[in-house]
Amino acid sequence: MRNSILSMTVVAVAIAASSGFAVARDQIKIVGSSTVFPFTTAVAEKFGQTGDKTPVVESTGTGGGMKLFCQGVGEGTPDFTNASRAIKEKELKTCMDNGVTPIQIKVGFDGIVLANSKSGKPLELTKAQIFLALAKEVPGADGKLIANPNKMWSDIDALLPNAKIEVLGPPPTSGTRDAFVELAMEGGAKKFESLAAMRKADKKAFKKVAHAMREDGAFIEAGENDNLIVQKLEANPNAFGIFGFSFLDQNADKLQGARIDGEFPTFEKIAAGDYGVSRSLFIYAKKEHVGVIPGMEEFIIEYTSDNAWGPDGYLADKGLIPLPDAERESQAKDARSLKPVSM
Amino acid sequence: MTDANPSFESADQITDRHTDGDARTRLRRRYAAEFRFKIMGAAAVAVAALFLVGLLSTIVGQAIPAFRANFLQLSVDLSPGNIDPADAKRADYDKIVRTALLAMFPHVTSRQERRAVRGLVSTGSGNLLRRAVASDASILGGTLEYSVPVDDFVDLYLKGLLAERSQYAQLDSTATPSATNGSASLTLDGPALYQLVRSSGHGQTSEDGSIRLTSGEPSYLLEINGGVAKLQEISAEVASVDIYRPLQSAVASGGMQVRVIEAPEAERKISDREIVWIDRLKDDGLIQNHWNTIFFSGGASREPELAGIWGAVVGSTLTMLVTLVLSFPVGVSAAIYLEEFAPKNRWTRLIEVNINNLAAVPSIVFGLLGLAVFLNWFALPRSAPLVGGMVLALMTLPTIIIASRAAIRAVPPSIREAALGIGASKVQTVFHHVLPLAMPGILTGTIIGMAQALGETAPLLMIGMVAFIVDIPGGFTDAATVLPVQVFMWADFPEPGFQQKTAAAILILLGFLVMMNALAVFLRKRFERRW
Repeated sequence: MRNSILSMTVVAVAIAASSGFAVARDQIKIVGSSTVFPFTTAVAEKFGQTGDKTPVVESTGTGGGMKLFCQGVGEGTPDFTNASRAIKEKELKTCMDNGVTPIQIKVGFDGIVLANSKSGKPLELTKAQIFLALAKEVPGADGKLIANPNKMWSDIDALLPNAKIEVLGPPPTSGTRDAFVELAMEGGAKKFESLAAMRKADKKAFKKVAHAMREDGAFIEAGENDNLIVQKLEANPNAFGIFGFSFLDQNADKLQGARIDGEFPTFEKIAAGDYGVSRSLFIYAKKEHVGVIPGMEEFIIEYTSDNAWGPDGYLADKGLIPLPDAERESQAKDARSLKPVSM
Repeated sequence: MTDANPSFESADQITDRHTDGDARTRLRRRYAAEFRFKIMGAAAVAVAALFLVGLLSTIVGQAIPAFRANFLQLSVDLSPGNIDPADAKRADYDKIVRTALLAMFPHVTSRQERRAVRGLVSTGSGNLLRRAVASDASILGGTLEYSVPVDDFVDLYLKGLLAERSQYAQLDSTATPSATNGSASLTLDGPALYQLVRSSGHGQTSEDGSIRLTSGEPSYLLEINGGVAKLQEISAEVASVDIYRPLQSAVASGGMQVRVIEAPEAERKISDREIVWIDRLKDDGLIQNHWNTIFFSGGASREPELAGIWGAVVGSTLTMLVTLVLSFPVGVSAAIYLEEFAPKNRWTRLIEVNINNLAAVPSIVFGLLGLAVFLNWFALPRSAPLVGGMVLALMTLPTIIIASRAAIRAVPPSIREAALGIGASKVQTVFHHVLPLAMPGILTGTIIGMAQALGETAPLLMIGMVAFIVDIPGGFTDAATVLPVQVFMWADFPEPGFQQKTAAAILILLGFLVMMNALAVFLRKRFERRW
């Protein structure tokens, strides 16, 4: 018995060693945002069905993805990165310094929704009301910042339901949270005179106030998993959740989105830019890898084909909100001609 | 103490401190304490068992739908007109599937309806057909009955998991349809249907009393003359309907069946039209529910109906193999050396303390180490089971060393002394006598370490194994993922179909674990020796 175990071990080591280490890569590697992940994976799968090796897609977050992507050129670095925001100047500089030329492709929009269970009451809010409900500190009667005193929705406005404020949302590591505080909370904070003045005087201090979510139990960090939030909303009709539009779209039978500044979060409203809490999604391709890693150009073509990102494409089924026709055309043209990003 | 046999009946005469009244009270208390302890122990076990049963039944209950799937049988035309036998790979298989599907719905003409028909089957159907042809070219040349998986929402509807409650009502009033397809009107001879809608309070009533049902209202499906129509607007005499399944004739019908779907169409992921079509296909026996082979043999996918667990199972197997091959020999050798050969001095004590501390290091730290050393320094490929196995081996090593040392220490010294006494060398003593006796304990420790490694995702995050990987890995350097990562990723996808897949993947992971444990138990039984 001992001998057979020993020989098995030897054989296994031999197999491991013989499979070789640094083989030339023939598979596209993609990293980046977890928001774009569901869309890029869908394209990767389709791309793999046409005969090439299916790209490997990792969800590392936008910032983490940029770091890996801009690390340099070569087989050890990813070929694409997903981003739920445009590349920052600093990141672009890192990229350039390391000899990486990113090609920017804007692939579509994503809306962030505030939603609750169908069995609960529908809600209509302005961004200012969202800020009053969820900010850690709000301007008091004299314009000075005080700890948020609002316990019930009706404390903010008598027209809102007389129910406890209870909102489940993602943690600060999430891109959805970033976008929510930037679009909804900042947008709401700007509506207050004292904060608007602060924004002009000291942008950093303003951001600190606008981005600070309550910590007294009215806002609950529910983890990165949006499905978990959906399940908790079903169990508690009084609670609201913050998540990406695709989750509302896929769970339309259970959830209803709150109207924000008078607009329902629907496919059409987000696509038209009427719904206020939405952002653009991007992918970045590494120009230096085109022609080196097989399938780079074909992957860009697949992503920018109408069959994928068009209004009737399979990405729309996954919840991606397509760009307007003209913009899609120009983005596709720039991407296919490998035009590098310009700031 | 004159009575040789003192009985308790005469206790009042005896003043022994072990038998007097106080003693009895004490005894009773001690028995009561013992009884209480037993009850609490049993209760603790019962509560634990209850939680376990609760957990397992939830998972199993959720997982069962994922093990079966619905398939639609199509007559696909594989004649040379469609597929050039010399270049079968390039043919447009999506189109072949689409044509076969549309042939089943000859009454469907509008572009939108055709899109809806295409949406009934999985978007990967064409690709599955391509693979079927590639694996067996002899099916080319004629028409083939081929089963393709249905779309994930259709599958959920057929499994009764999509929010949908129906009520049926039989009406005896006569209705005369104006057409057999498209939009039509029904002339009603009685107000029964109108009253049914009116009494339910659904829809908007206009001034003349007619009721309009929008997509935000519950749906009324009328089964009439062998077809199905959806009620749009109704007054006491006439109803306007959209026909979703053509009627066999336009003559007056004697009665109709009304089906009310409470969930409004706008809030469902499946439309009334699709429900009518699916029910017809089901009635015709063209949709069959069978064992979900795709789930057990496929790799990851973004479509729930195409997602399979096999890629992750292979990835886990490869990773565990690397972990075992690295950590078992190294761990056991280290334990033997430290226990049997190493001098007991300050250095060995330092090493011992460090090993014990390593066992308590959070697993993500090993991932960071793997990223820094294996990926950046050794330049090994990202996302590869080889690197994953190496990282997990580092994590498993302390567990194996500690367990192996305990097992070696538990071998009685008499065994060693006897072996040394008859002239065996130190190495012979250890390898011929001590190690075989310690083997059961070592295997137990190994399996605990391996089971821990099997369930890890955190260290793999850093080395790129938490990724979407469709192709099934063929070797140790191919990109791969592992079972717990697959569970984690499926739990995160928005499509409701993945919820069942998640539970099913958890069951597969548990099964994998049970198999690993069974192997260890088997090996342990073979090595077990009593003394």
